[in-house]
Amino acid sequence: MAVAGLALLIFVFLVYESWPLLSKVEISRFFNDAGWHPTEQEFNLLPMIVGTLLTAIGALIIAAPLSIASAIFCQFYAPPIIAKLYTSIIELLSGIPSVVFGLWGLVVLVPIVASWEGPGTSLLAGILVLSIMILPTGALLAGTALGKIPSSWREGAAALGLSRWAMVKSIALPTAKSGLLNALILQTGRAIGETMAVLMVCGNIVAIPDSLFAPVRTLSANIALEMAYAMGDHRAALYVSGLVLLSLVAALLMFSRPMREVSYRV
Amino acid sequence: MYRVVVSYMNSLAIKGVPRTSADNMARIILSLSILCVVAVFVWLTSDVLLSGWQGLSVNFLTGSTIDSGRAGGIAPILVSTLAVVGICLSVALPLGLAVAVWLSEFSVTERGLTVAVWLRRLIHLLAGVPSIVIGLFGYVFFCQIMGLGYSLLAGGLSLACMILPLLISTMEDSFRSTPMNIRQAAAALAISEVGFITKVLIPLSAPALSAATILSLGRALAETAVLLFTSGYVTRMPDSISDPGRVLSVHIFDLSMNVTGGDQNAYSSALVLLFLLFILNSLSKVILARVKIKL
Repeated sequence: MAVAGLALLIFVFLVYESWPLLSKVEISRFFNDAGWHPTEQEFNLLPMIVGTLLTAIGALIIAAPLSIASAIFCQFYAPPIIAKLYTSIIELLSGIPSVVFGLWGLVVLVPIVASWEGPGTSLLAGILVLSIMILPTGALLAGTALGKIPSSWREGAAALGLSRWAMVKSIALPTAKSGLLNALILQTGRAIGETMAVLMVCGNIVAIPDSLFAPVRTLSANIALEMAYAMGDHRAALYVSGLVLLSLVAALLMFSRPMREVSYRV
Repeated sequence: MYRVVVSYMNSLAIKGVPRTSADNMARIILSLSILCVVAVFVWLTSDVLLSGWQGLSVNFLTGSTIDSGRAGGIAPILVSTLAVVGICLSVALPLGLAVAVWLSEFSVTERGLTVAVWLRRLIHLLAGVPSIVIGLFGYVFFCQIMGLGYSLLAGGLSLACMILPLLISTMEDSFRSTPMNIRQAAAALAISEVGFITKVLIPLSAPALSAATILSLGRALAETAVLLFTSGYVTRMPDSISDPGRVLSVHIFDLSMNVTGGDQNAYSSALVLLFLLFILNSLSKVILARVKIKL
């Protein structure tokens, strides 16, 4: 019961801490204010929301096809040794802490992006680092989704003399569609919630980016940056950021289920 | 190596089935994406390995932190990390075990099933809560309302909130995979529920449980955002669990972002962290491999 309480408790406390501000200020001001100057009563969260969505969507565009390709490769193409080897690489990659991704991004990727167009710490750097981060999650989940296809179907396809790609395209992918979609949703949730790596490579300037090379600040980075010194309404505004972040993720998760509950009915 | 390549080539060809151009296309695209992923992995790890190796020494591991981490070692950081992760596990393990046992063994009544469905939904939701949000929660609940302040204890407790969902779902899975005939044998012998759980269920799934624990431990070790404003920032050696302390991942973050000239030590700390995680990962694999042999 305590655990059930915990999920609710988190929500309750976010609301509790942001209430002083939410009760005082109209909700629309979080989208319409002139800017984000919480100490001067301006609470425009829109640039951060856009930043979060852009980095997450960008990362998904890169990572989703690669994760599904990885999963198809492991399930249908690779011989056992290579599949095992590749899976352990993916598992190791998924275990690398986000600060290490951030550190690597900051020291290696950002100068490369900067050599194309300044300042380097940018939306693009964030998207790249984030896509590498969420790739293993997606690949492992998509692998689980494809692995749940009944093996008799695969054998049937082989017996019919289908080529491997025909089997993947006409049997595996359509069957596992819901499972793969589920994997993508969970992956997106991870991208939206990620803090450290984007905090380190995105530049953290509060503005809606006008190009891939412009710096952005995400909701999560906003909290991490300002929490240390925020007081009063400013702090409440950060809790509002947290609440928005949680709602975004919760809204996504509503459409997903734990991967082990995925099954395909014949 | 040659044999691996040949066996790979052979496995790609199904005998007697003509390949279409779509088939070849798919192979090329798949192989390219796999190469991409492997290349990035090699790039990243070799970078951390090569850059981190230079600063690594016995003094680095045992020295105290000097000049915001630019000089000296990471001994206090390692101690804080151990303390936070230890607290986290000692809270999360019993709690997670209890919930997992309940979910797999006691939720069979009609009302229990409904509760279990909702509980699983909440756990699924909790697993998706961004870590920074758990940090916000931990700051209010543990640091302020429970009056723990910035401390290792508050950090460990917040971290426990984060790993609980993972711990519960992996543990529940391992309980559920207990073979039916063992359950039936226990029922035939009229073993009490408590006896069944403590004498049969838990010992039987002990390897899977420890693998689940190690997995969660790794997750906890890698976490930064939860601890940014719960466990504190100071680099001093902590005296007790109510002292603030800086964990390894926060140290890496601070060195690379806020301390100019801290990159070298950030890399070395990252290497230490990766090394710890690698050991944990291998450990869980070895344990899980033993489970497979046993069953």
